[in-house]
Amino acid sequence: MLDDFFVRALIAGIGVALVTGPLGCFVVWRRLSYFGDTLSHSALLGVTMAYSFELNIALSVFIISSVIALILIQLQKKTNLPGDALLGLLAHSSLAVGLVVIGFLTFIRFDIMGLLFGDILAVTTNDIFIIWTGGAVILIVLKLIWKPLFASTVNYELAEAEGLNPDRAKAIFTILMAAVIAISIKMVGLLLITGMLIIPAAMARNIADSPQKMVLFSVIGGLLSVLLGLFSSLEFNTSSGPSIIMAALVLFILSLLNIKQSIKLKN
Amino acid sequence: MSLENSTLVKLNNAGFKQNDKWLVEGVSLTVEKGKIVTLIGPNGSGKSTTAKIALGIYKNIEGTVEKYTNKVGYVPQKISIDWTLPLRVYDFMLLTEDIKDEAIDEALTLTGVMHLKNKNLGNLSGGEFQRVLIARAISKKPELLVLDEPVQGVDYTGEIALYELIKKISDTLNCGILLISHDLHTVMTATDHVVCLNGHVCCSGTPMDVARNNEYKTLFGEQASQILTVYEHKHDHVHSDEGQIKKN
Repeated sequence: MLDDFFVRALIAGIGVALVTGPLGCFVVWRRLSYFGDTLSHSALLGVTMAYSFELNIALSVFIISSVIALILIQLQKKTNLPGDALLGLLAHSSLAVGLVVIGFLTFIRFDIMGLLFGDILAVTTNDIFIIWTGGAVILIVLKLIWKPLFASTVNYELAEAEGLNPDRAKAIFTILMAAVIAISIKMVGLLLITGMLIIPAAMARNIADSPQKMVLFSVIGGLLSVLLGLFSSLEFNTSSGPSIIMAALVLFILSLLNIKQSIKLKN
Repeated sequence: MSLENSTLVKLNNAGFKQNDKWLVEGVSLTVEKGKIVTLIGPNGSGKSTTAKIALGIYKNIEGTVEKYTNKVGYVPQKISIDWTLPLRVYDFMLLTEDIKDEAIDEALTLTGVMHLKNKNLGNLSGGEFQRVLIARAISKKPELLVLDEPVQGVDYTGEIALYELIKKISDTLNCGILLISHDLHTVMTATDHVVCLNGHVCCSGTPMDVARNNEYKTLFGEQASQILTVYEHKHDHVHSDEGQIKKN
């Protein structure tokens, strides 16, 4: 069964959606979408490192993204530049460095489109293994830091005053962000990973009235986006990343409609 | 109980400097179990800063803080909650600790906002939100309760009732309370010790001592200390939310 590339893509995609759902909620709550962009742009550099030194792509991306996150934290402490300027600086310079390095790697044939937008043909059984074990670790760690992370998202001082150690939770969450980008890069492509984090969570926000429900709806939305996206990718021969994100966008638009009202209109 | 065991938090000559400006300095105070310590002072006198020093929110402080408990309930003065979060009153009650449903209901009933349990936090009025904040802090049954202007935005009768409630909590839970108020006369009956701040400790003692202190009079004016006489009688009843009279 795993011989079929499409089945592999489905299993990998489902694994990705299960992880991006809960993490995406925190990205929306903590206003980290630019941060997600920065990490995923730096992932290109991670991929080129992987090819240069024959490393595993996910591992290499994880390391580079974590390093970029650490550099960001240091820059925030040492400069007076606003956060978004620092994020832009790191995002574009790491993307530029990645592209320049690719230019030097003439001995390797690169599928740059696949890298930027995801490629379901490229998903191997090894990738599935990495996505599911990596994803399980990410979710377990997120569960462990949920309380302090959530409390400090609502109000940092309350969390700090009542002894929850929000700084540690924030540092661990940063690492989780790097990890989720590392495992989703093959499916969604590095330009669209943040979309996979934000759009299902934004859709869930429209229809949820509690944090738990928002996480649940975000996971369901992510799963539906992956299924719809992959089937249409197969049907219309489009890149997997844009197809999945478009499916997520359709779900988001549907969530804007007032469901009760539309039922009344039909009757 | 020995004296040492009853101490919950102790500030020794504590101060905090931000951008080379002292927000507050040289504060020494002790909060003990079952006692209420009130901080008063004009705007910008360092009341909230002192509370945050006691809570350990500020890290690089002058002097020392000795904290002997981790069961802390905090009602901050300003709280900015991001409404990108779908958060009901119920979810907010569970924010820092998993509390049993009965304890949540009890706390919400005490502060008179039980009917808001499943409402979205963003839809509450200022006074309602303040009551929810107090309920959340007391539902944890903390050993140390830090209340920074806890009744702001609450109407006058509600204000008196909430201070009576705070006094009751201090008695029943035997917890220590650090209370911040800009208004001495409303907290008179519920306070054991008053510290009057104005960037430093300007005077301290029992409510009566402070009200009669000359430095206090210059800070707040003659009238503030005259108001004392009104509050020297003892209340034998409290008013619930609906205005009914409850005997103590």
